[in-house]
Amino acid sequence: MRVLAAMSGGVDSAVAAARAVAAGHDVTGVHLALARNPQTYRTGARGCCTLEDSRDARRAADVIGIPFYVWDMADRFHEDVVDDFVAEYAAGRTPNPCLRCNEKIKFAAVLDRAVALGFDAVVTGHHARLGPDGLLRRSVDVAKDQSYVLAVLTREQLDRSMFPLGDSTKAQVRTEAAERGLAVADKPDSHDICFIADGDTRGFLAGRLGEAPGDVVDASTGAVVGSHTGAYAYTVGQRRGLHLDRPAPDGRPRYVLSITPKTNTVTVGPAEALEVSQVRATRPVWTGGPRPVAPVECEVQLRAHGDVVPATVDLDGDTLHAELRRPVRGVAAGQAVVAYRPDPAGDIVLGSATITG
Amino acid sequence: MAYLDHAATTPMLDEALEAYVATAREVGNASSLHAAGRRARRRVEESRERVAAVLGARPSEVIFTGGGTESDNLAVKGIFWARRGAGPDRRRVISSAVEHHAVLDSVDWLIEHERAEIGWLPVDSAGRLDPETLRAELTAYADRVALVTAMWANNEVGTVQPVAELAAVAAEHGVPFHTDAIQAVGQVPVDFAASGAAALTVTGHKLGGPIGVGALLLGRDVAAVPLLHGGGQERDVRSGTLDTAGIVAFAVAVETAVKGQQEYAARVAALRDDLIERVRRAVPEVVYNGDPTDRLPGNAHFSFPGCEGDALLLLLDAQGIACSTGSACSAGVAQPSHVLLAMGADDDRARSSLRFTLGHTSTQADVDALVAALPAAVERARRAAAPRTPR
Repeated sequence: MRVLAAMSGGVDSAVAAARAVAAGHDVTGVHLALARNPQTYRTGARGCCTLEDSRDARRAADVIGIPFYVWDMADRFHEDVVDDFVAEYAAGRTPNPCLRCNEKIKFAAVLDRAVALGFDAVVTGHHARLGPDGLLRRSVDVAKDQSYVLAVLTREQLDRSMFPLGDSTKAQVRTEAAERGLAVADKPDSHDICFIADGDTRGFLAGRLGEAPGDVVDASTGAVVGSHTGAYAYTVGQRRGLHLDRPAPDGRPRYVLSITPKTNTVTVGPAEALEVSQVRATRPVWTGGPRPVAPVECEVQLRAHGDVVPATVDLDGDTLHAELRRPVRGVAAGQAVVAYRPDPAGDIVLGSATITG
Repeated sequence: MAYLDHAATTPMLDEALEAYVATAREVGNASSLHAAGRRARRRVEESRERVAAVLGARPSEVIFTGGGTESDNLAVKGIFWARRGAGPDRRRVISSAVEHHAVLDSVDWLIEHERAEIGWLPVDSAGRLDPETLRAELTAYADRVALVTAMWANNEVGTVQPVAELAAVAAEHGVPFHTDAIQAVGQVPVDFAASGAAALTVTGHKLGGPIGVGALLLGRDVAAVPLLHGGGQERDVRSGTLDTAGIVAFAVAVETAVKGQQEYAARVAALRDDLIERVRRAVPEVVYNGDPTDRLPGNAHFSFPGCEGDALLLLLDAQGIACSTGSACSAGVAQPSHVLLAMGADDDRARSSLRFTLGHTSTQADVDALVAALPAAVERARRAAAPRTPR
């Protein structure tokens, strides 16, 4: 096949491209320039975007021996990922920009362009398995598994995707990179949001949305217990950084329970008030089989690297409803609910949707 | 492979390569006083005389440099500093909107760091400068101009400028005129003395010499403040141990290219004209950019409406055809060409352009390969650029 390898400049995508070559594909490497101003982006950040990352990707492509180009996706990335990220926070939700980037950039804008140019598929260095059965599964390296941020992909997108790393651990990928003479073998992993240079999400949002002082309110009493400089900067389940004026009557820690953009209010309460047993979500995608007509027994994951809980999932039009077997804390609107079916060959992604409440 | 990117760099001539290797085997610093040094110096000075002889310069006017970018920087900054040193009011640089970045960015640097003023000369839709606009600029700013710099021939669209007329206008006002002749030497007749220029940039690797060696022809009475300080090897204007092997090979290449220019130009222009005609037939909506007659013999430059140049380049590259979008890169990201924008093209036309440049190794087979691959590539690139329905 003619395949396009998206190369971030990191070790994973370099080894993925090399493996695609080894598997006999005709591979072309592409680095996505996502930053309008490359200097402001984090080096080594996932999928991005500094000049150094671009050079690392090009060097890897040269070592692998494949053509290499840079595609300018900065405008699309800004509209579909960065602006969306800000708008979601402003609306009191907690977005996952990596997921959004997969949905709108890597497996949409890039894939579309690749297909139009005659490529059959896009190869990435995501840690997830996608075999001949077309099912998306967790990586063998559970700690590095990225199936959660890929679960948003549709059948059409998955059919044109290749994830050559799913059967390997991160350690194996690094060893192989060194054996292949790829200089990125020791490049540190990235964990933060690539377009927030200093890792200060709150500062980034304040810069984009401005300061908006408001009240922090106790859920049970309705009393104002503190103030904030912008409700958008909070996430459901958050405990740190609340700066409450008064301790709770029972002396126990309080957590963010909800954010109300309309009144610019952050509501706090005890940990148990965070517990959620039912999750509603929108825009469902179902790739683990035919779209179910009856409730499905499965497991759900409610945030990246979050715990997995048994649940019953029901689809109704544009809505997904999950009944959790045991309550979960810190479920934030804007995150994805991903349904998995446990499987000895790697848990299978059944579907996903965006949590609304 | 069909290599149609000779304006980026062209293969070394056999005679230049042989001269390089033979000289590189010899030890000797041309500044040393012993026999080995004298031998190296003799090679350098013979090379200087060869370059001077074929380019209409005196040997003492040839300053060897590390290539075209250095020569352009030395000319623009060095002459600016020298002229301003002699008259503090002379802070204005007159340049054209279609210069190579080696000149553009040098001028920008002077604006930013040396409080230079700039007068940009516009070009017409073919990329051509009008000497009258230069005359108007010089008349308006009479005593405040440090230098004029305008290229001999454009690296992207191949348009050849009326250099002698421009130099004559500058001379009327007693202002030194520098010309970047990197793309011109060996392609069109270039004579330094006859051109009336005060300084002229030439580089090796565009005419069959090695990469990393070039020269600035600098008139004997033209002062330039050095960029590089050290041993003062080149007329105290340029320091650095002389690259004997590179200079020898450069001189061989310049001499060969200039002496063979007429024959070369006729052969390559015939191939190029065939390329243009067949590209037009294969892709009727193509837009041919640049001056149709006053043009480098190896240059063909097109816009392909509805396509992105970088998509076309990828597709042609996959078919073994090497060409260029001809535009500047930052982090490898294609920017719309400043040359086409200056010629009045809109953003889309600028982004849809490709440059094909032929050279001394080009054959009919190269043209045939391009013409065979182009229609399918254009078709695909057009589909890739078409707006899609949002998901």
